[in-house]
Amino acid sequence: MKQLLAFWYSLLNSARDLTPIVVVIAFFQLIVLQQPIPDLNNLLIGLLLVVIGLSLFVYGLEMALFPLGENMAYAFARKGNIWWLLAFAFCLGFGTTIAEPALIAVADEAAKVAANGGIIAQSKTAMQNYADGLRLTVALSVGLAIIVGVLRIIKGWAIHYLIITGYLGVVIMTAFAPPWIIGIAYDSGGVTTSTITVPLVTALGVGLASSINGRNPMIDGFGLIAFASLTPMIFVMIYGILI
Amino acid sequence: MNFLYNILNTTLDVLPIITIIFGFQYLVIRRAIPKLKTVIIGLIYVIIGLALFIQGLKQALFPLGELMAQQLTDPAFIYQGVENINKTIHWADYKWVYLFAAAIGFATTIAEPSLLAVAIKANDVSGGTITIWGLRIAVAIGVSIGIALGTFRIVTGTPLEYYIITAYIFVIIQTFYAPRQIIPLAYDSGGVTTSTVTVPLVAALGLGLAATIPGRSPLIDGFGLIAFASVFPIITVMAYAQLSQLLFKYNLHKK
Repeated sequence: MKQLLAFWYSLLNSARDLTPIVVVIAFFQLIVLQQPIPDLNNLLIGLLLVVIGLSLFVYGLEMALFPLGENMAYAFARKGNIWWLLAFAFCLGFGTTIAEPALIAVADEAAKVAANGGIIAQSKTAMQNYADGLRLTVALSVGLAIIVGVLRIIKGWAIHYLIITGYLGVVIMTAFAPPWIIGIAYDSGGVTTSTITVPLVTALGVGLASSINGRNPMIDGFGLIAFASLTPMIFVMIYGILI
Repeated sequence: MNFLYNILNTTLDVLPIITIIFGFQYLVIRRAIPKLKTVIIGLIYVIIGLALFIQGLKQALFPLGELMAQQLTDPAFIYQGVENINKTIHWADYKWVYLFAAAIGFATTIAEPSLLAVAIKANDVSGGTITIWGLRIAVAIGVSIGIALGTFRIVTGTPLEYYIITAYIFVIIQTFYAPRQIIPLAYDSGGVTTSTVTVPLVAALGLGLAATIPGRSPLIDGFGLIAFASVFPIITVMAYAQLSQLLFKYNLHKK
C-alpha cells in the first residue's frame, strides 16, 4: 500500500515534469503555426507511456543504480588497491561509451561529412572504418577522463585547474584542427554521457569522496561527468588531424 | 512489437555496464552485492522505465517536434509565402525560431532523467542547500539560452568556436568568484543536460535550419547546438549559487 502510494506520487511528479514540453508544443502548433495537432490519440498514449516510463526509471534509480555505484566506491576504498580502482574507472568509462547509441549516430553522421569533404573514400567500408575509429577514440578518451577524475578525488586536486587546462587544450586543438571536424568534436563532448551512465558515475564519485578521510562529497564527489564531456572534444580533433 | 524491440535495445545498452560492475564485484572485490534482490528488481524497473519512456517519446513527441522544427524553419512560414523570400536573409526574420529553440530547450531539460538523477544526489549531499528544482531550473535556463544562441549562429553562419571559446573565458572568470562548493556540480551539469530527450529534438532543429537557409550546409552547420547546450548551464548554475549567496547575505544584513 505504501509502495503504491509512493509510485502514485512519482507518477504525479513525472506528469508535472512533462507539462512544459506539452505547453511549448501546443503553443507553437496552435498559436504560432496555426495548425491542428495531428493524431491526438496517439499523442496522448505516447505521453502516458513517457510519464509511466519516467516514474519507473526514477523508482529504479534509487533502488539499483545509486546503491550499486556507492557500494562499489565503498568496496574499493576498503580494499585500498588504487590500481584496481583505476582499472574499474577506465572500464566504466570505456564500456559505457562504446555502446552509447547517441555516439553511434554522431559517428555515422561524421563519416558522411568526411566522405563528402573528400577526406576519406566515398565507400561503405571507408565510412564504417572512420566511424568505428571515431567511436573508439571517444570511448578511450572517456575512459581516461574517468581515471583522471577518480585520481582527482583521491588526491583532492582542485577541479578548476584541471578543467581550465582542458579548455586550453580545446582552444589549442581548435586552431590546428580541420574546420569540418570542429562542430562534430564539440558536440561529441555532450553526447557521451547517457541516462544510465550519469547516475552510476555520480554515485561512484560521491561514494568515493565520502569514504576517503578529508574529502568533502560536495566539493570532491562531483566533477567526473565534467571530465567525461571535455576530453572527447580534444581527442576527436586529434583524430581529425591524424586522418 | 515495437516495445519489445525497445526493451531489447535498452537491455543491450545496459549490458556492458552491468557486465563491468558484476565482473569487478565478483572477480576483484569478491564480495556479494548487498540486497542483491532489490538491486535486480530496481534494474528491471530502470530498463522497463527507460524503454517505455523512449517508446512514448518516439510515438508522441519526436515526430511532432521534428515536424514543428521543419515548419518553423520553412522559408514559406518565415517570409509569409515563397514569393517573398529575400536573397539576403536577415537574422531578425527568424524570431520565432529563436523563441522556439529557447522554449523547447527549457522544457526538454526539465524532463531529462539524468539531470533529475544528479539533482537528487546534489540535494542529498548538500543537505538541502541545493534544491532539486533550483538546480533543474538553473540548468534549463542555461540550455535555453545556449540553444537560442546556437540557432542564431546557424542563421548568421558565424564560426562556432568563437562563441564556445568566449563562453569558456566567461566560465573561467566566474569560477574564481562563485562559491567553492558549487563549482564541480556546475561543471558536471554541462554534460548531463544533453541526453535522451534533448538531443533528438535539438538535432532536428539544427538540421532543419541548416538545410533551409541559403549558403548553409546541414553537414557542417547542423552540428554545434549540443555544444552550446553543454556550456551555458555551467554559467547559469554558478550564477544560481552566486545569487543565492547574495540573497543570503542581504537577508543576514537586514536582520
